[in-house]
Amino acid sequence: MNRALLLLRRRLVGSVFVLALVIVGTFLLLEAAPGDAVDAYIASTGGDAGMVETLRQSWGLDQSALTRLASYVWALAHFDLGRSVAFSRPILDVILERLPSTLLLMGSATALSFALGSLLGIVAGARPGSFRDRLLSIGSLALYAVPSFWFGLVLIVVFAVDLRWLPVGGIETIASGRTGLSRAADIAVHLVLPVTALGLIYLALYLRMMRAGMAEIWRLDFILAARARGLPRQRIVLAHVARNALLPLVTMLGLQSAQMLGGSVVIESVFAVPGLGRLAQEAVSARDTPLLMGIILTSAVLVVLINLAVDIAYAFLDPRVGASEAAA
Amino acid sequence: MRGLFRFFRKPETVAGILILAILALMALASPLLFPGDPQAIAGPALLPPFQDWSLPLGTDRLGRDVLAELFYGARTSLAVGLAAAAAALALGAVIGTLAGFAGGIADDALMRLTDAFQTVPGFLLALAFVSVVGPSLMVVVIAIALSAWTGPARVARAEVLSIRERDYVAAARVAGMHPLEIAFREVLPNALPPVLALSSIIVAGAVLTEAALSFLGLGDPNRVTWGGMIAEGRAVLRSAPYLSIVPGIALVSTVLGVYLAGEGIVETAAVRRGLS
Repeated sequence: MNRALLLLRRRLVGSVFVLALVIVGTFLLLEAAPGDAVDAYIASTGGDAGMVETLRQSWGLDQSALTRLASYVWALAHFDLGRSVAFSRPILDVILERLPSTLLLMGSATALSFALGSLLGIVAGARPGSFRDRLLSIGSLALYAVPSFWFGLVLIVVFAVDLRWLPVGGIETIASGRTGLSRAADIAVHLVLPVTALGLIYLALYLRMMRAGMAEIWRLDFILAARARGLPRQRIVLAHVARNALLPLVTMLGLQSAQMLGGSVVIESVFAVPGLGRLAQEAVSARDTPLLMGIILTSAVLVVLINLAVDIAYAFLDPRVGASEAAA
Repeated sequence: MRGLFRFFRKPETVAGILILAILALMALASPLLFPGDPQAIAGPALLPPFQDWSLPLGTDRLGRDVLAELFYGARTSLAVGLAAAAAALALGAVIGTLAGFAGGIADDALMRLTDAFQTVPGFLLALAFVSVVGPSLMVVVIAIALSAWTGPARVARAEVLSIRERDYVAAARVAGMHPLEIAFREVLPNALPPVLALSSIIVAGAVLTEAALSFLGLGDPNRVTWGGMIAEGRAVLRSAPYLSIVPGIALVSTVLGVYLAGEGIVETAAVRRGLS
């Protein structure tokens, strides 16, 4: 337990630095954007040049860049991401409203790609170099080459337009008045296609990693020992080879989270899922740069949190992690 | 010669090289085969494929020649993919070399910067960058490079950490070479092979990111892109799905070609290094 806490403390300090850099980065992008909050406000309400000047003064936009960065950080420290011009609501409210859909989509897609990917990886890695292995490796590579948004459109054409098995888009049937289990089932039916489009593409990563890990472990001495003891092949594959190759895949879960979030931007706009990614696209088309920066900050925090969780899980799974620090 | 023979032995590699060669030919030949603007109206709107042999793949919603668009799209995809990957590899190699060779505070600062870039989802970063600066081919290339340089930087740093302890680096120091000169003339070239091994993944990623950006309407509006064609076809997905499906197949073959050829090259290089 102590081990995990020490690891957590070290990772937290690192994360604070990283988030500070991300904040400075978003501030620089905000500065680079043409026009400021006053321009956006005037564009939607109208007003004269004198009003522009007074507004700039009262909003502190005539201050130096460093002062503005300080007040930006001060506001962020109070969980104030500013106001969205496009939605005329606080940015944090808009983001928190959209977050659950994205988390649900990402979580399900990650579970699908991890489970199916490691399973097929075991099949391929059971006999490295066999026909089955080559077929799975090439198949996964082909799948990884498919752009997720196009895959999503193909799924829509086949399963929603031609076969009419599944809904075209959205997260649930609008104004259906469903509650409880029936609503959950409705959401699940809507998520089948987007989760498949997002999850199947990242499956290749887990498959290839599992297969490569297993191919390496086959060469180790303890496998030879297990064979010499006359253990059945299936037991060697599952209990000795696959079990030891599975651990590095857990780290991949954390590393993969940022890519998954990026991928959900496109998938959400293909399937009209009202999540964070679709919000990002709406922010882009409404030229709402503060909202876009809020989304970037939120995803950075999300990625940091996921990686922390993965690190802790890893420390529990592998007793070697952080042992040297605990001893020191 | 033997390397070349080994290189062409695996059918997957040959297939990859073949796909890339066809694409390069398509990209180079497009102004010759289809002189004039590929975005100009060429016939009746929504003509299905294989109906009129002057327009073999038919026309889109605005009556543009789909085959011509496909050829010009290959140009954009390859140009953006290669340029962005080259920029990302160069940026990553330079930053990784500086971090690994300098060590200490400079190393810490550069690696935290790398962490920060890896924490923000790469596609969101590219999206935000293009949306703030405005879509043009150059901006898209920079945006993709910004979201892809961290991998090469980490690999380069790890390699430099071991190279800087070698004897020839110590010799260069004794000879009085400037540290920057040592870093870029002695260390960087020797750290390159594992960085370049990443190039197929980076080129493939760049092609896919460019397509996704164009699909969301953030590509260069003056150029035909496969992502843009798919987005165009999406409006008539029910009645004319081929308009979205055809450019998608081109995209999949491109990325697959890059992967297959890249794997062959890396394997050949690894075998050759193992032999010598």
